[in-house]
Amino acid sequence: MAFFQAQEISISFGGLKALDRVSFTVNKGEIFSIIGPNGAGKTTIFNCINRFYDLDEGVFLLDGKSLSSAKTHQIADMGIARTFQNIELFKNMTVLDNLILGRHRKRRSNILTEMFFFKPVQRQEINSREKAEEIIDFLDLEAHRDQLVVNLPYGVQKTVELGRALAMEPTLLLLDEPTSGLNMEESEDLAFWLDDMKEELGITVLMVEHNMRFVKQTTDRVLAIDFGQTIIEGETNEVLNHPDVMRAYLGEENVCNA
Amino acid sequence: MEFFNELTQTILNGVAIGCIYGMVALGFVLIYKSTEVINFAQGELLMLGAFISYSLITQLHLSYWTALVVTILAMGIVGAILERVVLRSLVGEPTYAIVIVTIGISYFIRSIVSMIPGWGTDTYGFRTPFTDKFLRWGDVVISYEYLSIVVLALVLIAAVFVFFGYSRMGTAMRATSQNQLAAVYMGISVTRVFSLTWTIAAALGGIGGILLAPITFVHMNMGFIGLKAVPAAVLGGFTSPPGAIVGGLIIGITESLAGVYLEEGWKDIAAWIILIAVLIIRPQGLFGIQEKKKV
Repeated sequence: MAFFQAQEISISFGGLKALDRVSFTVNKGEIFSIIGPNGAGKTTIFNCINRFYDLDEGVFLLDGKSLSSAKTHQIADMGIARTFQNIELFKNMTVLDNLILGRHRKRRSNILTEMFFFKPVQRQEINSREKAEEIIDFLDLEAHRDQLVVNLPYGVQKTVELGRALAMEPTLLLLDEPTSGLNMEESEDLAFWLDDMKEELGITVLMVEHNMRFVKQTTDRVLAIDFGQTIIEGETNEVLNHPDVMRAYLGEENVCNA
Repeated sequence: MEFFNELTQTILNGVAIGCIYGMVALGFVLIYKSTEVINFAQGELLMLGAFISYSLITQLHLSYWTALVVTILAMGIVGAILERVVLRSLVGEPTYAIVIVTIGISYFIRSIVSMIPGWGTDTYGFRTPFTDKFLRWGDVVISYEYLSIVVLALVLIAAVFVFFGYSRMGTAMRATSQNQLAAVYMGISVTRVFSLTWTIAAALGGIGGILLAPITFVHMNMGFIGLKAVPAAVLGGFTSPPGAIVGGLIIGITESLAGVYLEEGWKDIAAWIILIAVLIIRPQGLFGIQEKKKV
């Protein structure tokens, strides 16, 4: 059941082939990780999905529909949400406002209907706030609800960003290094939430991750890439124990010594 | 009593002018916050608004209130067209180039106004429902004209703040000014936000025009008021909408007091003296947030 597919995607920057005919398939409801050394092209894949770069060749298919003709802001409308390695929040707004902004694509209104605060606009507003409160509950953000994001610790900001993505009610959630900068306890919480998201919300997750322990703990299937090329795609254990993957991560000699 | 009467009158005049400075400054701030461009045509948009309302009232014989609404809509459309035709094609160009283009737009508007039959370089006026009416409060006499400016300006400014604070689009616009990248990921169309920003800024200019017209009359050089609104915006911190209004009021009142109680000439530099004094004490402006880099 292919839910999201990359078919033979390639992109170059100048002379550098950042991605070279990479293909992978994410099934509905699974947690899929992309791993690889720094500079392997992992985040580039995300940026291509989000249409910040145009692919030179190949195509992404979401539920069979190509993303190639969408504008950047329309990707959210297609049900794809994302978090960032370096956190991209609205820093001078409260946690609640950030979550409500996640609802933007779910609401339809124009200046006139808002000016008179028509029934549908009221309903959307109430609905948005309810959804935001649900997420605050789910991610344990109650204590920070009305605080400005800029004043929050890093780990909490990461959680808010996850919450904002969830507020979009995505069908596909892209997480770019979700555990980077988190301590052990926070990573455990995240693993727990991911499990809930998968089981209860049925969200398909595609993530880029360096923390192998975390990948092992949470992920169903893995794609390993290096230098823009696929090493292997498969079940988590199979990929993590593959000699080529170990070589890419640890270097030739270390594998021989191990 | 005589002194008290004069003082009240002077301050009220200052508040009225200050509201208009504030509105023009708010236009500066809105555009700067979302696009980092300082729109030097803001004053000319005000002038154009004044001319449009003048034509609507004296030539088409519309009522003041109808003219007010039509002017706001017309100026909104002008703003949207400017954004669509000129500014959008400059996305990605260096900011200073775009700022220079806005100076070009201001000259363009002046030329257009001077060429339109019935407008040109003459001075015009029109009657409002408040002309020649006064409120007497003991010995203090307050003109309805000034009072109407204050009330209307405050109502419209409040509407802008409610829009930004609570509406879906307003929230999206605030979000875009904080983090464009994240806004795009939320499904917010940044092009639409820019277009709306110019629409609102131009409409604010237009309102400023129709409100100012009864006091200064309608003429081509009305746009120079934009140069007084710049210190108002800087005073408030340049990124703070409430700061723009407060800055406008401070400059309006100071100028008005200086005009009555000081030697001739002080009036025009009062705004700048206040600005320099404030910037020495608070370099980030009254409401500005000092960006501190975490190291």
